[in-house]
Amino acid sequence: MSLDAATVRRIARLARIRVDDTEVETLKSELNAILGYVEQLGEVNVDGIEPLSGGAQMALRQREDYVTDGEIAEKVLANAPDREQNFFAVPKVVE
Amino acid sequence: MSIFDLTIAQASAKLAAKEISAVELTTAYNDAVAALNPRLNAYITTTPELALEQAQAADARIAAGDATALTGIPIAVKDLFCTEGVRTTAASKILEPFIPPYESTVSAKLKAAGAVTLGKANLDEFAMGSSNITSGYGPVENPWKRAADQDAKLVPGGSSGGSAAAVAARIALAATGTDTGGSIRQPAAFTGLAGIKPTYGRCSRFGIVAFASSLDQAGPMARNTEDCALLLNAMAGFDEKDSTSAQREVPDFTKALNRGVKGLRIGIPAEYRLEGTNPEILALWDKGIEWLKTQGAEIVEISLPHTKYGLAVYYIVAPAEASSNLARYDGVRFGKRVDGVDLIDMYERTRAAGFGPEVKRRIMIGTYVLSHGYYDAYYLKAQKVRNLILRDFTTAFETVDAILTPTAPSAAFGLGEKMDDPVTMYLNDVFTVPASLAGVPAMSVPAGLNAEGLPLGLQVIGKHFDEETVFAVSAAIENAAGFSALPELRAK
Amino acid sequence: MAYMLEGRTGAWEVVVGLEIHAQVISESKLFSGASATYGGAPNAHVSFVDAGFPGMLPVINKECVAQAVRTGLGLKAKINLFSRFDRKNYFYADLPNGYQISQFEHPIVGTGIVEIELQDGTLKQIGITRLHLEQDAGKSMHDQHASKSVIDLNRAGVALMEIVSEPDIRSPEEAGAYLRKIRQIVRYLGTCDGNMEEGSMRADVNVSVRKPGEEFRTRCEIKNVNSVRFVMHAVEAEAMRQIEVWESGGEVVQETRLYDPSKGETRSMRSKEDAHDYRYFPEPDLLPLVLEQSFVDDLAAKLPELPDEKRRRFCDDYGIPFYDAGVLVADQATADFYESVAKGRDGKLTANWMSGDFFAAMNRTGKSIENPPVSAADFGALLDLITDKTINGRIAKDVFEEMVETGKAPGAIVEEKGLRQVTDTGAIDAAVTKVLADNQDKVAEYKSGKDKLFGFFVGQVMKAMQGKGNPALVNEAVKKQLG
Ligand SMILES: [Mg+2]
Ligand SMILES: [Zn+2]
Repeated sequence: MSLDAATVRRIARLARIRVDDTEVETLKSELNAILGYVEQLGEVNVDGIEPLSGGAQMALRQREDYVTDGEIAEKVLANAPDREQNFFAVPKVVE
Repeated sequence: MSIFDLTIAQASAKLAAKEISAVELTTAYNDAVAALNPRLNAYITTTPELALEQAQAADARIAAGDATALTGIPIAVKDLFCTEGVRTTAASKILEPFIPPYESTVSAKLKAAGAVTLGKANLDEFAMGSSNITSGYGPVENPWKRAADQDAKLVPGGSSGGSAAAVAARIALAATGTDTGGSIRQPAAFTGLAGIKPTYGRCSRFGIVAFASSLDQAGPMARNTEDCALLLNAMAGFDEKDSTSAQREVPDFTKALNRGVKGLRIGIPAEYRLEGTNPEILALWDKGIEWLKTQGAEIVEISLPHTKYGLAVYYIVAPAEASSNLARYDGVRFGKRVDGVDLIDMYERTRAAGFGPEVKRRIMIGTYVLSHGYYDAYYLKAQKVRNLILRDFTTAFETVDAILTPTAPSAAFGLGEKMDDPVTMYLNDVFTVPASLAGVPAMSVPAGLNAEGLPLGLQVIGKHFDEETVFAVSAAIENAAGFSALPELRAK
Repeated sequence: MAYMLEGRTGAWEVVVGLEIHAQVISESKLFSGASATYGGAPNAHVSFVDAGFPGMLPVINKECVAQAVRTGLGLKAKINLFSRFDRKNYFYADLPNGYQISQFEHPIVGTGIVEIELQDGTLKQIGITRLHLEQDAGKSMHDQHASKSVIDLNRAGVALMEIVSEPDIRSPEEAGAYLRKIRQIVRYLGTCDGNMEEGSMRADVNVSVRKPGEEFRTRCEIKNVNSVRFVMHAVEAEAMRQIEVWESGGEVVQETRLYDPSKGETRSMRSKEDAHDYRYFPEPDLLPLVLEQSFVDDLAAKLPELPDEKRRRFCDDYGIPFYDAGVLVADQATADFYESVAKGRDGKLTANWMSGDFFAAMNRTGKSIENPPVSAADFGALLDLITDKTINGRIAKDVFEEMVETGKAPGAIVEEKGLRQVTDTGAIDAAVTKVLADNQDKVAEYKSGKDKLFGFFVGQVMKAMQGKGNPALVNEAVKKQLG
């Protein structure tokens, strides 16, 4: 599988990264080099092998249902690039 | 003997005996940082005043007889650990203004033990890299030089390159690192340090800026195995804030250092003799085998048949997780924003300006391998091969207690080398990645110098949660190697 | 009679499936310790985890897991002892992490069955495909500021159960009945408050149309419809739209749409369609959720009686008709009220009084079952006075109204006003004699065959006795004296 420029643009859009035309070309060749390298996995026989998604081999621990956090609006908002009172603010979304 | 020659264990003894004070030690290190960091760029942010305050508190604690082995020890904290009130950038421009209102569990544990933080160490942006050249705050210079060319700047490895350079140049007594595919071990090897990536789940990931969640592990980087053990004692432990944190007792790792290797079965995986590996490295590996044999270990030829696929798996799994983990850097709640005409435009401009090229590449690859129609061929396939890699280790550990390999396929290389294409750079991690994928502990110990006078490391891989054997074997190699070389560029 | 929509080319069948998002009742959020309480100052119920800060990690709330299992049991569904969380990746201002933690491949609850009842009494089974746990998003508001949208993350991370139905629904009525039934079940279970106004329950409605006997055609999903009435309207409006598209030679495109209640129509949400690729993958910050069978069994054993079972039991235990029982079990509080009154009394009499005077009084006074117009104890005491013949049914209605008005106990009212029923046959006979004597002409008519006048005589006697005569005895006495 080899990426074309249109796919690079689609992926960039999905990832919300603006790319210009020269970047598309560079990315295309770099990404294809990486994809070319990982292509070797094709030769591994994985019939009957379960996928391994995590490094930890145990069951999920569950916490008790207590309120132990929150009520820190000022801290939550302290790093916001833009805010309106106690709301985060972003360019207007038109729906 | 210079104050900078002290290891943690030695400094701790002198602090306890009141031969030196924490303030003296910290002041010396603060001064050394001020002198050398402008050149090395090992720290992104230095915190000398904070360090001094902490040193004063440490002295009070020592006076009160309430000290730990780390009380008053000046360390560098990789700038991937969120530190309350101290800017945390992950070496990315996108986090340039970010001041966390919280502390990572590991750095909190070190603080609680009384360690003094000199500053936030440089790294590859979001820990993505093996040379520290992807940092948004400039590359780090390796304090080691080729004997024949003292002017050429070498990389310290990565991603924990700032931590490695700081400790090697003695502008930190020790440092924290994180390791996703080799980011503690490879820079440790490149700078003549000991560094351990513990078992996945041993150290809490809470408060560490995530790169690839299923692989990221914190660990120590220090002058020797004993210092690593002292640090890991404090860093490790169950944390209810991390669902992947292991609910297990933390042993005193220093106790394992003198166990010796008599009777231990050490596996030598044939597949690590990769074609093209530097013969010096292979020779050093053979030396390591001899050292262990001499000390009574039984050497066992083993096979880890899926080793060669480790990197390919890693370069699917890690970017996939990263593409998702880094979606939160959107200019809304923290970090830098670049304004746009609408929300999507703001996102795209913010992320285009905030992320460097390597991070963008990995986000793109990760997005692609998870996208509709490609998931099975790439991500799912990689997960299955990852399982095979884990099986390789599980099978091997049925017959051996630890595995010995080289840490990296080469010594530190020059700034600007290996940059022809991303894959060449990725090959640095070929020996370290399999242990990360399997989640097993692995340590790099300095074992010798190459012909150019640069340090080389050997890697000891252990069973899940058996860091003790890893320490025992690593200490045995350390003793036999008697590695005492120092970089010329260092605080004296 | 199957519901069909008549188009220019003949009859069309409507095919509907619902995805209901039901907010879990819990103290804290699904993966953080922040409060799950509705409302609050902007960004008050928010932790760094909810706001997606660097290095923050999810830790699952045990109670939310239990609530999902309870709901699964209530839907007669398969509980999956192994389930897993996945990340659903997309960018939106109110989605802090850039992904929603949900369950994609391995939901906690599998297939189940829900029975709905239609207006005409027909029962129909609707299949449940699955139920999974996921996080709610925050809230973007677009009308607070001239040039900006503002974001409140109080809802971000609150636990939701997404309940997905099979496309078994065939009419707006069925859609409404299904949604009401799910709401009734979760309310009985105490797993969701079902409050659609506050958004604790909302539905994505999947609609397609087809000619009878055909395979399914393309469907459209109408997002976030937030009332039963709107769901019913949306189904109809969307079905009509699709029929029009098909009949004018067009093709329905699969897409996400929005229901506009003010216009009564659905419209496309193309903006959200942009690059629709969620890139699901297993959430690496969480391990698989593995449940013990004993944990599930324990929850099953403690499950409250559900409306369907309660309804059947009411029929059996209290001898009331199926329809009446349905009304009484509509919600848990009404059923409890009924049962606390009916226990040890005549269940039918209780049911009739509740469906009649009691509900009427409740509606009239604007009260609720939680704050009833008369207490269960007083209501029971009133029924006792009827049963032991202290008062008759006619007087009881007056007593009941007096109870509603004054809050006095029925016994006190009866005594105060001297409303005890007269069972003294002497007094009754005397009253009958007088009425017959005063209406000799009518007696003659009666005797010549005008049987209907019997009621007139009884009425006159009761009137003469201020309504207090025992109706059976009065009847008997009238019959006897008329010969
Ligand atoms: Mg939906
Ligand atoms: Zn959903």
